[in-house]
Amino acid sequence: MAPEIFAFYAFGAVAITASLLVIAQRNPIYSVLLLIASFGALSGLYVLLDAPFVAAIQIIVYAGAIMVLFLFVVMLLNAPHEETDYDERVHPLLRPGPMRFGAALAVLLVVELVWALGRGGETGSFPGGAVTSVTDVGRALFTDYAFPFEVTSILILVAMLGAVVLARREERG
Amino acid sequence: MMAPLADYLILSAILFAIGTAGVFVRRNLITILLSIEIMLNAVNLTFVAFGRALASVDGQIIVFFVMTVAAAEAAVGLAIVIALYRHRESLNPDSWTALKW
Repeated sequence: MAPEIFAFYAFGAVAITASLLVIAQRNPIYSVLLLIASFGALSGLYVLLDAPFVAAIQIIVYAGAIMVLFLFVVMLLNAPHEETDYDERVHPLLRPGPMRFGAALAVLLVVELVWALGRGGETGSFPGGAVTSVTDVGRALFTDYAFPFEVTSILILVAMLGAVVLARREERG
Repeated sequence: MMAPLADYLILSAILFAIGTAGVFVRRNLITILLSIEIMLNAVNLTFVAFGRALASVDGQIIVFFVMTVAAAEAAVGLAIVIALYRHRESLNPDSWTALKW
């Protein structure tokens, strides 16, 4: 087995296992830490896909910034355990309403997509040697995508203001 | 020698389904936000895989914008979670049914 293929299956297994454990954990702190492991595996997959820029910002921005924000909020709220009003022993597929619907929907999605992709046949091959460099990404970002890139800064500004306003403690007059 | 494109797409589909299941099955606002992040990352993997298959840089550019939107979504979402927790001392989404008719 070629080392790239072995690496793909190893990273894929880590990503799937960590993601499953994220939604299986009762304690949100473990969920956040496992999600960081999942993002590390995805970063390895991006390296296999010749996308070193995306792999780097996956680690720096996602694992480094966004997940730390989550971790900070989990510790700030200090509410580790999930409160439930249903019986813990009941399997998720047997719980009422949207839970059963959601679990069934997810299973259906996997089955449909695996079936659709499995019979595709010649969707397979990547072209050889078409490596896109970080230089190409930067050039495209500041020429063809210059306007969306600037709009992004407005989005970040609005999100920052919104977060400050929403999380502000209201003064009782 | 790389794994075929279909394998990347199947992996992405499985991750997206895990995220979907998490949003519906879990009853904790923070875990629901984490599930949304799983779904966004599954879509990112699809974009990068197709960008590589088409020998185009556009897939990686779109991933860049998706990450920006994810950061904004996480900031605003967590601010809302903090504000809600101050009102009710709970992270269960079933605690807020005032707008449900």
